Amino acid sequence: MWMSELPPFVPFFIAALLALAARGWLRAGLMLATPVLGGLHLWFGVPEGTLLSVPLLEFELILMRADRLSLLFGYLFHLAAFIAMVFALHVRDTTQTVASLLYAGSALGAVFAGDLITLFIFWELLAITSVFLIWARKTERAIRSGQRYLIIQVTSGVLLLAGALVHYHRSGSLAFDYIGLEGVSGALIFIAFGIKCAFPFLHNWLTDAYPEATPTGTVFLSAFTTKVAVYSLARGFPGTDLLVYIGAAMTCFPIFYAVIENDLRRVLAYSMINQIGFMVCGVGIGTALALNGAVSHAFNDVIFKGLLFMSMGAVLYRTGEINGSHLGGLYKTMPKTAMLCIVGASSISAFPLFSGFVSKSMVMTAMIEEGYDYLWLMLLFASAGVFHHAGIKIPYFAFFAHDSGIRTQEAPRNMLVAMSIAAMLCIFIGSQPQYLYGLLPWEVDYWPYDTTHVLAQLQLLFFSALAFVWLNKAGLYPPELPSVNIDAEWLYRRLLPTGLRAADKGLRPAWDGFIAALSNQFRAVMAFLFRYHGPGGTLARTWPTGSMVLWVTVLLAVFVVAYYV
Amino acid sequence: MQPPDDKQYIFDKTENVNRLLRGFYIVCGILFALDFILHRHISHDWEHLPGFYAAFGFVACVLLVLVAKEMRKVLMRKEDYYDVDE
Repeated sequence: MWMSELPPFVPFFIAALLALAARGWLRAGLMLATPVLGGLHLWFGVPEGTLLSVPLLEFELILMRADRLSLLFGYLFHLAAFIAMVFALHVRDTTQTVASLLYAGSALGAVFAGDLITLFIFWELLAITSVFLIWARKTERAIRSGQRYLIIQVTSGVLLLAGALVHYHRSGSLAFDYIGLEGVSGALIFIAFGIKCAFPFLHNWLTDAYPEATPTGTVFLSAFTTKVAVYSLARGFPGTDLLVYIGAAMTCFPIFYAVIENDLRRVLAYSMINQIGFMVCGVGIGTALALNGAVSHAFNDVIFKGLLFMSMGAVLYRTGEINGSHLGGLYKTMPKTAMLCIVGASSISAFPLFSGFVSKSMVMTAMIEEGYDYLWLMLLFASAGVFHHAGIKIPYFAFFAHDSGIRTQEAPRNMLVAMSIAAMLCIFIGSQPQYLYGLLPWEVDYWPYDTTHVLAQLQLLFFSALAFVWLNKAGLYPPELPSVNIDAEWLYRRLLPTGLRAADKGLRPAWDGFIAALSNQFRAVMAFLFRYHGPGGTLARTWPTGSMVLWVTVLLAVFVVAYYV
Repeated sequence: MQPPDDKQYIFDKTENVNRLLRGFYIVCGILFALDFILHRHISHDWEHLPGFYAAFGFVACVLLVLVAKEMRKVLMRKEDYYDVDE
């Protein structure tokens, strides 16, 4: 049937085109209808095994490959797009609307791509479309941050393309299946995925750019780019042992930064790397349980992290402030937002009955089953840490803590609706996980709710909270301070520019001397040429016809004489 | 934005905060005690320790915060650090 082979990105791209012209209710309808209709079509009309390829030169581009893995991310992205669209319904900015539709479409294009070239195209489109959500903030900071974001994202795409070409040369195939770390191509593609996945030292684009985007833009950003990367890793590098170590590092180091970070959306950005760390671990372990854990955690993370970003977006939208040092006491005027934020916080902390619990426990269980004892301890540490910085810090410093004196009003209705949908999903998935489990790509018999798990998790979380209470009461908790914390980005935001300036300063005299010498030489050559070719120069003189005839005669005479002799 | 009002909100009263905290301490106590009553499946040696998860959670978070606080001494810069050229 033709309809089942409609690639899911197409409706979004068409809607983006229409949104250029549409205004008011028409545009709002377009924003909501696209993910709903697209999602329904995917759910009811696209069976597993659907394949659509188009020929391009000598290649077959596979624009749509529907299997359980890509379909799961397909459903997720429609859901995320819908929630984010509801959240952004009040925005009257054509750039943002069009960019977010194209961005969501690109994410769908990437997860349904069946070959590396198609993946590359959507990989780059993700970068180019999403940067407008950062630039739309229109501050100097946002524009610069967007430029850095774009450079890094495009670089990731270039690496992917290079890797794909080497892969094609080596294996004769462009199919996007298991790739593995072997050879140059594997390494290039691994790093390309790693950049988008925010591997340690490659992660700063995320903490740099996401907090600079518009209040609604960040909600879109948080849903797609990194999850496309997790999907790609799960398809291309399952069971790669290195990923377990990378993932464990990703769960641990960001939480330290999150504790001392002042911008609450940046705290969430760091906590996002921490959550992706759990997924990367799952992909690295590579057993069916671990992979299911990784992708289901990606599913849940999009929703609860989206909810947290939405609640902070609402705070930013209403108060114009997002720094912990300036906020506090907002529960008085934004009680609904505060409640919804707490649901998100409980989910990310993996409280039993909330969504994070049912997916993270899969990764943790797989970790210990496969004998990664010490890494398991790291993940346990990270789990306690998540609760500390995302579960407690975010709601506490925004809505409670000391009263900042800010009196504002509740978030707009569309924002509340969007957050409520996300919150309901968090609780629904958390308490009825069988529906999500039913969608998972690999066959596993797993159930998270037993005495052992629930008790252990509750003890871990409650005593983490107890630590927070104690540290606060004892005055040991670091206060929120307006500040910037140095991270790996320092290398290219400070060392590189400063180094270049210093080099410029140091080499300037030598360079000036070189240029002076060069121009002296040039002047000398010019003077020489001028002497002979300039006006009045010997070679520029016009000769009368008579002299030419004379010389021709002389030549002929010489020739005749020479011939005779 | 409206100016601060004189209205009393729920957590403005210290007794409400204390009531909440007391409830929280009791839950912590119960959870700790449950370790001795309920049987946990042990998949790891460390878990034999009674109150392993409780102790781990508490120590992990205290360490996390204290280390992060020390990190500030090395890492913290002014808010406009990247905006101004040296």
